[in-house]
Amino acid sequence: MSALLELKNVKKYFPLKSEKILSREKPMLKAVDGISLAVKPGETLGLVGESGCGKSTAGRVALKLLEPTEGEIWFKGENITNYKGEQLRKLRKEMQIIFQDPYASLNPRKTIEQTLAEPMKIFGMPKEERLKRIDYLLDVVGLSSYHKRRYPHEFSGGQRQRVGIARALSLEPELVICDEPVSALDVSIQAQVINLMEELQDEFNLTYIFIAHDLSVVHHISDRVAVMYLGKIVEIGEAYELYKNPKHPYTQALLSAIPETNASLEKERIILKGDLPSPANPPTGCKFHTRCPFAEEICRIQEPELKPVSEDGQMAACHFVKEVISKELVT
Amino acid sequence: MSLQPISTPDIQTQETKQAKSKSLWIEALFRLLKSKTSVIGLIIITILIITAILAPIIATHDPTTQSIPNRYQAPSGEHWLGTDELGRDIFSRIVYGTQISIRIGLIAVGISMVIGVTLGAIAGYFGRWVDQIIMRIIDIMMAFPSILLAIALVAVLGPSLTNAMIAVGIVGVPQFARIVRSAVLSVKETEFIEAARAIGGKHGRILFRHVLPNSMAPIIVQATLGIGTAILDAAGLSFLGLGAQPPTPEWGAMLSDGRAAIQNAPWVVAFPGVAIFLFVLGFNLFGDGLRDALDPKLKQ
Repeated sequence: MSALLELKNVKKYFPLKSEKILSREKPMLKAVDGISLAVKPGETLGLVGESGCGKSTAGRVALKLLEPTEGEIWFKGENITNYKGEQLRKLRKEMQIIFQDPYASLNPRKTIEQTLAEPMKIFGMPKEERLKRIDYLLDVVGLSSYHKRRYPHEFSGGQRQRVGIARALSLEPELVICDEPVSALDVSIQAQVINLMEELQDEFNLTYIFIAHDLSVVHHISDRVAVMYLGKIVEIGEAYELYKNPKHPYTQALLSAIPETNASLEKERIILKGDLPSPANPPTGCKFHTRCPFAEEICRIQEPELKPVSEDGQMAACHFVKEVISKELVT
Repeated sequence: MSLQPISTPDIQTQETKQAKSKSLWIEALFRLLKSKTSVIGLIIITILIITAILAPIIATHDPTTQSIPNRYQAPSGEHWLGTDELGRDIFSRIVYGTQISIRIGLIAVGISMVIGVTLGAIAGYFGRWVDQIIMRIIDIMMAFPSILLAIALVAVLGPSLTNAMIAVGIVGVPQFARIVRSAVLSVKETEFIEAARAIGGKHGRILFRHVLPNSMAPIIVQATLGIGTAILDAAGLSFLGLGAQPPTPEWGAMLSDGRAAIQNAPWVVAFPGVAIFLFVLGFNLFGDGLRDALDPKLKQ
């Protein structure tokens, strides 16, 4: 099956203020530093990583809310990298985004009805149809039609996120990028919203890119998972395989941080040393080498490529995939 | 698409259906009415507006009728606030002057607001070189002392009340442009603006439906405070003979006419001065109250 969305070596650099006035070289913050991935129709691709690893930027570049510095974006077999203006606006109907902070993502001066009506107005849906669809959308996301005359500040976080979801669905998109949609919510509400999103995926045939730093949430909702570190994908694979059998040392460290509910299962906790290096001045070679427990000389010099590590398509970017596994087995 | 609605537990909607929905504006109004100083400001402004509307009824004499034998009369039962150098009733002149002052305030601030908000919004929203060009022009305007700039403008346009309003309006543009630009800069980074882009909104729509409505609070405050400043500036121009021309009962012009007699007939300058003071005070108190009421950070 051909991919719905494909990123080919996409990079996004943000210019930084130069400290040296006379220096010709402009320092760059390498938020996304060459990622390639393909999303199949109907699947959920989880995108995980620490704060600041570029996962949200990657999502926004995929939607063309940010212009990529380099690389290509393909959507439904078309290269949309250079789409601008009207062409891009037409595309918006098919790709939507759900934001992290439900307190910031709704215009505080507009009623829920006005917020939901806007995308449909922009795409010229007649008023009667619009009103019907607003009631329908509110119903679908678990709100009632009497809520529509209220303002965002009269709602709880979970309710606001439902409005955000309804807005994303109002244009019947195919691809929805969920940018940490539950991380701002209480844990009890998180489950409700996640379940809602799963139900909606079945009903509307949605494809999700689910960005999060909460590994258990991603495990629950994703078909495939990509792990990002400093603007790069270090490992990607089927969610079940990747969680059971992580190949990259970073993934292993991340997964070892998930608290175990079963006390009888002993789990070794891999604790990473140091902080995430600055994306403005990333390490050479393998970007993870400064914190990797298995790093050797080659890691400092040569950047590892993402290569298949198992038969079912799991890929990892590490020079020592095999050794890492065997060491794991020994310990 | 014909789908059955999905049943998702709606456990968070516990509040009653009857709960009245209030927009942020209504809530701000309630906060405004709680503050004493802003209510005092509001009362002063209301009295001034009523005075302006009912001027022909309130005034005891015609504001322009001269009566040389009655010149420089001290306040009395016949002339409540005395008479000026041409024997005109000062009370009536001040009452009619209210109309002129309110007109100056509204028109001058209207001019500043329309130009300033447009420039500031464009500069803040589009950024880059557009911002650079607009804001450098604004900087140049700000480098002039405002009364000097107004005098220069009136000198070019010719002295009259209308031209004084235009000059005072233009002088007020930089304030608005700066305030609006900074408000727009902070609003345009919010997620709901990104959401508006994601649903395919065009620049005009995003600017007028999302960015500006959320930048209104500082604009309203500046407009209220600006009315006071505009009155002062216009009175200053009239005092210099560049604004209202005789026999218009403009407060600044009245001050100017009476200054020669300040030793013998102080009421000729005192009462127009008090009128200007009250007018500016009313709008400043109200403006300060508005600023507090509209600031979401102070919201309990």
